[in-house]
Amino acid sequence: MTARMDKRFADVAAEGRPVLVTYFMGGDPDFETSVAIMKALPKAGADVIELGMPFSDPMADGPAIQLAGQRSLKGGQTLAKTLEIARRFREEDQRTPIVLMGYYNPIYIYGVDRFLTDALAAGIDGLIVVDLPPEMDDELCIPALDKGINFIRLATPTTDDRRLPKVLENTTGFVYYVSMNGITGSALPDPSLIAGAVGRIKGHTNLPVCVGFGVKTAEHARAIGASADGVVVGTAIVNQIASSLTEEGKATDATVPGVEALVRGLSAGVRSARLAAAE
Amino acid sequence: MNQAPKLNSFRGGPDEDGRFGIFGGRFVAETLMPLILDLQDEWNKAKDDPAFKAELAHLGAHYIGRPSPLYFAERLTAELGGAKIYFKREELNHTGSHKINNCIGQILLAKRMGKTRIIAETGAGQHGVASATVAARFGLPCVVYMGATDVERQAPNVFRMKLLGAEVKPVTAGSGTLKDAMNEALRDWVTNVDNTYYLIGTAAGPHPYPEMVRDFQAVIGQEAKEQMLAAEGRLPDLVVAAVGGGSNAIGIFHPFLDDESVKIVGVEAGGRGIEGDEHCASITAGSPGVLHGNRTYLLQDGDGQIKEGHSISAGLDYPGIGPEHAWLNDVGRVEYVPIMDHEALEAFQTLTRLEGIIPALEPSHALAEVIKRAPKMGKDEIILMNLSGRGDKDIFTVGKLLGMGQ
Ligand SMILES: Cc1ncc(COP(=O)(O)O)c(C=O)c1O
Repeated sequence: MTARMDKRFADVAAEGRPVLVTYFMGGDPDFETSVAIMKALPKAGADVIELGMPFSDPMADGPAIQLAGQRSLKGGQTLAKTLEIARRFREEDQRTPIVLMGYYNPIYIYGVDRFLTDALAAGIDGLIVVDLPPEMDDELCIPALDKGINFIRLATPTTDDRRLPKVLENTTGFVYYVSMNGITGSALPDPSLIAGAVGRIKGHTNLPVCVGFGVKTAEHARAIGASADGVVVGTAIVNQIASSLTEEGKATDATVPGVEALVRGLSAGVRSARLAAAE
Repeated sequence: MNQAPKLNSFRGGPDEDGRFGIFGGRFVAETLMPLILDLQDEWNKAKDDPAFKAELAHLGAHYIGRPSPLYFAERLTAELGGAKIYFKREELNHTGSHKINNCIGQILLAKRMGKTRIIAETGAGQHGVASATVAARFGLPCVVYMGATDVERQAPNVFRMKLLGAEVKPVTAGSGTLKDAMNEALRDWVTNVDNTYYLIGTAAGPHPYPEMVRDFQAVIGQEAKEQMLAAEGRLPDLVVAAVGGGSNAIGIFHPFLDDESVKIVGVEAGGRGIEGDEHCASITAGSPGVLHGNRTYLLQDGDGQIKEGHSISAGLDYPGIGPEHAWLNDVGRVEYVPIMDHEALEAFQTLTRLEGIIPALEPSHALAEVIKRAPKMGKDEIILMNLSGRGDKDIFTVGKLLGMGQ
């Protein structure tokens, strides 16, 4: 819906390769490092950025992202500061779409109207809110669409053909296919199963379909990218950040370069994906 | 309970989206949504199915030991010198608390749905024990998530669960209490959707759990009402229960909600005082928010991050409350008040000494409120309290607090 999102997907598709979507937790391990990480992502080859909003009770996340959220909150991160990270990024980069990802309660407490106004002003293009299924669309999805912010929904292996239309109804921007039933950070399932699922979803929508949960290496990115319009990498980046920190959880000189190196590799993976499919 | 909400009734909720006013709902990840819709279908069919109702009643009578007695606490009444005090003795149920009422109901549903694995969260361990018990009775494997702090302070229940064949998984995230156990159970459920039934232990979580758990627990209030009419020829003036997630409370409250003459009070854990952060008084000191699948009153900071509560009683140590209670508070039908740790501890000892009943620390909170109110009421007035569980699980905690060495 935002021009930025649609243009990015169209441009990348024209290159004949899948989109690389990178997730990291806002404020992990601290505000300034987060700003630096975010600015480094497009330079390393990320096409779309998912900016995590930390929540005390991340029910759909595995240990890695749980810990990232804890580090972030311990460092004093708030929703307002997460929006500020995006705003700082936008001073330099007006082209890379930003999707905020997290849970509903911090948004609800911030106030839905105020949040959408501030998100738009910060240059946000889309929202992924894990605990708002289509049954709860009146809460945030409809108001966001009215304001021109994409609402990106997760489809999962339990979303059968009967339910898919409901899930897709108010979804804009892209569809995020969760590769398996589980929490973030689990192992990647067989790419051929994923290709089937992506095909099934594409039978119901013209939106691009990105696949996430379990994508960790350039090889995964390449394999998934052979069938999907985009590949989402989250836990691997979060783990890379965690491994660069001091024992007290402070950033080091290796934090930002470590993320850059990882994303450069992933980017090479997606760039060779369609070649792989053509082989 | 199938019809549209009746005008002027407090008993018609939730609506078909699981809302009690602004509270309740289905705030869950997409992976769980189809399961929750299936569960709702199955529950809608089961609750009107005579065979299901008959099996529930049979197990209630012969396995749980229902009806539980209504007991006139003569010595406590005399000591306090006011209203007549009656206990609904849910602590005499099989496994020692009201939790089994809900577990029997839900495991029958799980069987109907063809599920082969049970998961549960537990705080005090009473729901964990009840879940492990019904899992053993129906031959299903059971995994219980329990905060590491609670594993320690409710050790007897951990042994019981293990003896019953359940796997107890300690959860170290957060402060290692009920909220964290529930997060972990939800993560398990998302991962094992195909074969697993999540047996939620309180009247909270996404729709249809709050309604379903309430209906399984409402047997408490239904029996109490009949028993009270038989004993006194009239309804009580005051009904009191402790509120953790709110299942024992809604169970005894619900059948009385439309009886105008009956005043109803829910007791929250005031911990070390509601001024600071060391309490679990979600209604008294919290604000509306969204957690664990429903909108309700929560303990949270200005950024919407959930706080870790504190209570002497593991079963009340939860920063939220069932959505129907949130609504009953807002419409003014039920009054919610806090009771401090030390008041509950005193009430625990009072009942033990005066009536020879060792209550769990959870209903000790309700009892402390009864002890405050009874003397101010007339001798012709009647209080009904839900004695939701027995205190065997708490004797070591209490012994330590009272400085009783061996
Ligand atoms: C005896 C007893 N009463 C009350 C509670 C609180 O739960 P609820 O509010 O769902 O009744 C518990 C929870 O473990 C309990 O064990």
